[in-house]
Amino acid sequence: MSQMTRRLAFVVFASVVSVSPVLAQVDFSGEWAPRMWEDQPERVPGPDLGDYLGIPINDAARLRAEAWDASIQTLPEWQCRPHSADYIWRGPSQLRISKEVDPVSRDVVAFHAEWLRSVDRAIYLDGRPHPPADALHTWAGFSTAKWDGDILTVTVTHLKEGYLRRKGLPRSDQAILTEHWIRNGDYLTIVSIVNDPVYLTEPFIRTTDYELNLNQQIPPYPCGVVQEIDRKEGDVPHYLPGTNPYTKEFAIRHGLPVEATRGGAATMYPDFKEKLKTLPPAKQDGK
Amino acid sequence: MSRCFWLLVTVAAAFFITASSARIAAQQGARQQPAPGLAEGLQFLPVRGNIYVLQGAGANITVSIGRDGVLMVDSGLASMGDQVLAAIRRLQAQLDLREKPVGFGAETRSTVADRHIESPAKPIRYIINTHVHPDHVGANELLRRSGATFTGGNVAGNIADASEGAAILAHEAVLQRMTSGAEGATPAPADAQPTDTYYTDTMKLSHFFNGEGVQLIHQPSAHTDGDTLVWFRGSDVIAAGDLYSTTTYPIVDTKLGGSINGVVNGLNRILRLSIAEFRTEGGTLVVPGHGRLSDSADVAYYRDMVTIIRDRVQTMVAKGMTLEQVKAAKPTLDYDPRYGATSGPWTTDQFVEAAYVSLGGGKAAAPRASQGRSK
Repeated sequence: MSQMTRRLAFVVFASVVSVSPVLAQVDFSGEWAPRMWEDQPERVPGPDLGDYLGIPINDAARLRAEAWDASIQTLPEWQCRPHSADYIWRGPSQLRISKEVDPVSRDVVAFHAEWLRSVDRAIYLDGRPHPPADALHTWAGFSTAKWDGDILTVTVTHLKEGYLRRKGLPRSDQAILTEHWIRNGDYLTIVSIVNDPVYLTEPFIRTTDYELNLNQQIPPYPCGVVQEIDRKEGDVPHYLPGTNPYTKEFAIRHGLPVEATRGGAATMYPDFKEKLKTLPPAKQDGK
Repeated sequence: MSRCFWLLVTVAAAFFITASSARIAAQQGARQQPAPGLAEGLQFLPVRGNIYVLQGAGANITVSIGRDGVLMVDSGLASMGDQVLAAIRRLQAQLDLREKPVGFGAETRSTVADRHIESPAKPIRYIINTHVHPDHVGANELLRRSGATFTGGNVAGNIADASEGAAILAHEAVLQRMTSGAEGATPAPADAQPTDTYYTDTMKLSHFFNGEGVQLIHQPSAHTDGDTLVWFRGSDVIAAGDLYSTTTYPIVDTKLGGSINGVVNGLNRILRLSIAEFRTEGGTLVVPGHGRLSDSADVAYYRDMVTIIRDRVQTMVAKGMTLEQVKAAKPTLDYDPRYGATSGPWTTDQFVEAAYVSLGGGKAAAPRASQGRSK
């Protein structure tokens, strides 16, 4: 075999290896600690009321967010609700990923992710189909994944209704979530892309980082439902349209135009900076 | 280049094509395939234990299938009766193949039966109608005639005559609607009408069926005036009828005695009966009249939505706004992309109008049931 042939053979072999999913697998299992390098104010204290900057929401989402009253969290039905699969990456909780291995083939057939206050989230790699559309939706949704080289691409369907931000900005149960799991040594980056035909006009893309932490434990998080407030059965706290007094707080505190804080796809793009210059900053009502 | 090189290229290409094809095949295999042997558009979803839901024949049909026979919650459209019956028979045959003989039915107490010979599938014993709409009662007649109920007691003559046909259970308002021929309509055929009715808050089957108690619960003036929730107490499954839908705003049939407050109360009743398994999901499962399988969290979201819209419309009614003014104010705007419709059998305008009318819009306000707290 000539030298050139040997080189070409190597190239061909390398190409073959690169299309083989088994050899491209990366091990994501381990204990991961959150790193709040992005959007820390949203992730720990929680987002400000009325801050929808850079989120491609529609009018319906905006109105729902403005009708949201924090007291709804005291309803028995919502006291133990965990974050959904798309939002839980943004919580401040540590993360544990374990892997499920077929004892015969030794293929990794699933990853399982869990956080402090979560349900088990299984991500299947065994080629199983998603359930029928009318099967039960869950907080974790139904996740299948495939390898794109070293990147694990996850498709999540069957999500229960959740939220884009945990102060009332809704995400519908029709949404489909795509994730890309990327490991660089001891760092894990999750790219999350929410497509919601109900409340978004464009995909909502976030990245979130974790760092390997060998000493970490996730303690149990039991949750009990109690009667927090005396109220009549069926009482659902909410603001009637136009009566929420807090929607301008964020804009006023930061001297931003109210229109900018209302969000929408336009606020995601650099062109919006020019428009910002033409808008007056928010003021207290009556001033 | 050498022959060896081209051999390598050929092998590599074949490997690449095989790998790619395998991946494509796997992806294609992941797509939903129609259920084998079922009529076009029909599908069974397993719910829990003996309970399944048959979709595609009009309304969702909840079915209990087991050693005692079949109990159906609603019968679907009249035009789909044959297909529904065939689908049930097919599922029975599939289940018989894998079920072990059990001891709770009178016919199966013997332990010496030849376990290699399957007994014929048991008939439809009960049909429970959640209300009177044709997508829920349409196939009553055909399915009742295909079945046979349990009977006993004071029967004169041939006892088999008394068990002819499945029993049809419903709230008495359903029977009244079906026999009155309201608005000039022809009364429903005798075999389509309920054979057993109740007028109280609840009714229980007098014995276990397929290993569990079954309770009928009446919800007054909700979707209609004859609504029944069916609670499978062992499986912990509630068939909600059209009190709950995941596809549209609640259909409030004010002409048949429905009201939005009744719907809100009905949804709260489902929540009162439900216990979540973990972190507010799972546990009690709820089959809507239309749409996807749900649990109490899904119902809670829906209850929140209906309550919030009810409160908005009620506030507008209290201000003396006309129906046109209420519609123009768009009290449903934030939920329209999910539940709204501008065409079809139940539009957003129809829902707003039904809410407005049932809240006393245009006249003195009706008394409220349980109220949401709005600011």
